[in-house]
Amino acid sequence: MEQPTLQHKISFLINGETEECEVPGNMTLLDMIRDKLSLTGTKNGCYSGECGACTVLLNGQPVNSCLVLAVECNNAEIITIEGLEIDGRLDVIQQAIIEHGGVQCGFCTPGILISAKALLERNPSPTTWEIKSALVGNLCRCTGYFRIIEAIEKASQLP
Amino acid sequence: MDNPRRHKPYIIGSSQKKIDAVEKVTGRALFADDIQFGPQLLHARIYRSPHAHAKILSINTAKAEALPGVKVITSGKDFPGYIGLYLQDRHIYALNTVRYIGDPVVGVAASSGEIADQALELIEVEYEPIPPVFDPETSALANAPLIHPNLSTYEVANFIFPIQNTNISNHFKIRKGNISESWNECEAIVERRYSIPHIQHVPIEPHVAIAQAESGGNITLWSSSQSPFAQRNLIAKALNISQTKIRVIAPYVGGGFGCKAGVSMEALVVALALKAKGRPVKLLLTREEEFYTAFVRQGLIAYFKIGCNKNGKLIAMENRFYWDGGAYTEYGVNITRASGYSSSGPYEVPNIQTDSFCVYTNHPVGGPMRGFGMPEMHAGLEQCIDELAYKINMSPVEFRKINCLRQDSILVTGSKMHPTGLLDCIEKTAEAIQFETKQKPSSDKKRRGKGIALMWKAPAMPPNAGSSAWVEMAEDGRIILGVGGQDLGQGAFTIAAQMAAEILGVPYEWVKVSTPIDTQTSPYEWQTVASRLTWSMGNAIVKAADDARYQLLDLAASYWGEDINNLDIVNGVIVSYKSERELPIKDIAIYGLPKDDNSGWMGGPIRGRGNFMPSYVTGLDPETGQGERAVVHYTTGAQAVEVEVDLLTGQVDILRCSAAFDVGKAINPDLVRAQMEGGFVQGLSSALFEALKLENGILLNPSFVDYRIATATDIPKEISTFIIEVPQDDGPWGARGIGEHAMVPTIPAIANAIYDAVGIRLEGPPFTSEKVYLAMLEAGIVL
Repeated sequence: MEQPTLQHKISFLINGETEECEVPGNMTLLDMIRDKLSLTGTKNGCYSGECGACTVLLNGQPVNSCLVLAVECNNAEIITIEGLEIDGRLDVIQQAIIEHGGVQCGFCTPGILISAKALLERNPSPTTWEIKSALVGNLCRCTGYFRIIEAIEKASQLP
Repeated sequence: MDNPRRHKPYIIGSSQKKIDAVEKVTGRALFADDIQFGPQLLHARIYRSPHAHAKILSINTAKAEALPGVKVITSGKDFPGYIGLYLQDRHIYALNTVRYIGDPVVGVAASSGEIADQALELIEVEYEPIPPVFDPETSALANAPLIHPNLSTYEVANFIFPIQNTNISNHFKIRKGNISESWNECEAIVERRYSIPHIQHVPIEPHVAIAQAESGGNITLWSSSQSPFAQRNLIAKALNISQTKIRVIAPYVGGGFGCKAGVSMEALVVALALKAKGRPVKLLLTREEEFYTAFVRQGLIAYFKIGCNKNGKLIAMENRFYWDGGAYTEYGVNITRASGYSSSGPYEVPNIQTDSFCVYTNHPVGGPMRGFGMPEMHAGLEQCIDELAYKINMSPVEFRKINCLRQDSILVTGSKMHPTGLLDCIEKTAEAIQFETKQKPSSDKKRRGKGIALMWKAPAMPPNAGSSAWVEMAEDGRIILGVGGQDLGQGAFTIAAQMAAEILGVPYEWVKVSTPIDTQTSPYEWQTVASRLTWSMGNAIVKAADDARYQLLDLAASYWGEDINNLDIVNGVIVSYKSERELPIKDIAIYGLPKDDNSGWMGGPIRGRGNFMPSYVTGLDPETGQGERAVVHYTTGAQAVEVEVDLLTGQVDILRCSAAFDVGKAINPDLVRAQMEGGFVQGLSSALFEALKLENGILLNPSFVDYRIATATDIPKEISTFIIEVPQDDGPWGARGIGEHAMVPTIPAIANAIYDAVGIRLEGPPFTSEKVYLAMLEAGIVL
């Protein structure tokens, strides 16, 4: 038989809604988000904290959700890509990245948007270099980053 | 069928927003790993060879099978058929012999990934090592240990030429003019060896495939795929079943760049599913597996000897390419061919001799990657061109302008060049970075330099690679467009919708592309490779939309009793320019129209169909590589860069760059520019950072920490892009491809700029700080 694993019951706020989950101690936040909650917008690109595709906001901070254990998230507040759109309205950063053509294959996009969101929350008027530095943990193989940076610059200039 | 065409294009040539952008920014876009299969899903893991080259003496899976939760185990003996695109040289799982470290030997499917991982530990395989070969030049020698002793028995495309009893799986030759006598005419000659390392595509989405087999023998495969139809075909052939028994469903692809073309890991999971009693089986490659068990870009050792006369005219070229094809070269053999028939670079060279060899080694499997051999070949060639220019005291820009291809230039394969805007590309890129003036470095410990490189590339594919499309309408007149090509991020669905909207006279927003691509319902497309979709799939879409438009206009013409040539569709409404009558397409697209006097109905649901296949590509003489028409067309272009080299550290900074490509016609200019930008950075990354470090067949750096790719902080401040439009005679609105081309000239442009800055040339990329610094030290530039 498959070995029974000790389950932990945790509750947290995700994208504005309270959720409860039973998770084994070794389950990552990424796996909980994707497999338990079926929020598949958060992507798995390397499962080792190197590519940034799985970035989510944990208590307001951008984290690689593949490096966080789900059990650490008891009573936490989590925002995933699905939480950026509110009442059918796209966030300004989502609008800007479309407007400036910063989306190609779209696989890194959720992580990039979350990192950008976190940046603009802590620094509403970043310099180009600050934007680049904030994205250094988010790999993109398609766009060459130009339009992503441009989009974040423009989003930060909106009133 | 003479289809009346009225309005001027207004959607073609406009930068419509990407059709899939909202889905992708909200996380709703479905990728293969996102599909939910529930608790029935089995998780696959692959036991892989730890040997670079060995005989398999025995496989014992008894302990693994006994592990609770293990549901399926399979290996080579279960599926002895061959698989491969141009040369069928591999089995689904290794059979009797393993040929690289990572070769799949046993597949396991279990109820959880952890159990499957444990099962791998319990598999026992006995091997008898065979001497491995890692260097393609050594491997090409007559006495090298044979990696595929049965090479001569493999099924092979008729334009690929393996040499039996050797490790050479393709030898492509060019013999044009008189090479031996032509050296006497040369004022300057450059002879160089360049070595280009293996790299990996690094899509951010790793390969993933899920397969399910029904008891009736029908198989469904969901995969992150550039090639659902080729996968259907190749896997069916390997299993010896009808292609109709395999349905491939391909949702969005999180980056491909070639590695998700053809078949690499997908057949592994199909084989497991066939024994899984109807349960779906998923295989998701780890990032480590992604680095060396799917396709990698082949390594290349290239020898160039190039000469020009005192006026700077190119006279002669002698090239020898040894492609490190790796353990299986089923796809890679055609890279060898492509580099052969493009081996002059974008220049007219009267005397040329090329030998391009695809060589088996015990390295990971080489396959298609963005550029299909062109970035590797141009890396050396475009540096030799630079050196020649310096040797006869001519500006590298002027030298290129004198020699570059123009309309009617005689090509390396003997035919004539079609109209091309290459000269314009050179001028635009050089001017954008003020090529002929030198800027002051930012400190006295730094040196600045500028470099330029040109490129050309044809879609490399079988002569008869085809496309098809259909157009249907919904009750409200909105359009559903069926295509079989894939959107890898390049925007294929967006330009497809633009084309259909343009022809049908409806707003762009009215067109919905039927997704995901599904071989059971989508129209046939050979593969999403070779930068061929805009041109080939585009032609099929134009035909399908024209067909639907004709049906609508014909129906309205009958109804009104008017000449069809007076009718048009504008904004979704059929209009008569003569009678000024109007009829919205929604009123007739499904239900047709009543006949006069209530005597019945005419029309019926509108369905347009179209296909396209080039009909004019000829074979080439196997001894000379000469022929009437080797390829469909060549996209040409240029890039120029300004760099700064730090004398204290060897670090190369790319300050600015410019890129210009002749795309025939930009269907969506923003998307064309996005390709130029993204391609440049992928090229920059391969020039400065990337190499698979292979030591005795072992990959030493299979992670993003040890294999670095360009990040947001590595890109230049400034990139100028220029769209040149010299129309392609058989392209939709004159369009030809651009996806791959954008990274072809980047390595040599940067190398030439480094030379301009500090006067050193390196044998090959990556131009890391360490390598540059040591070369400067050796050259006495720094002390």
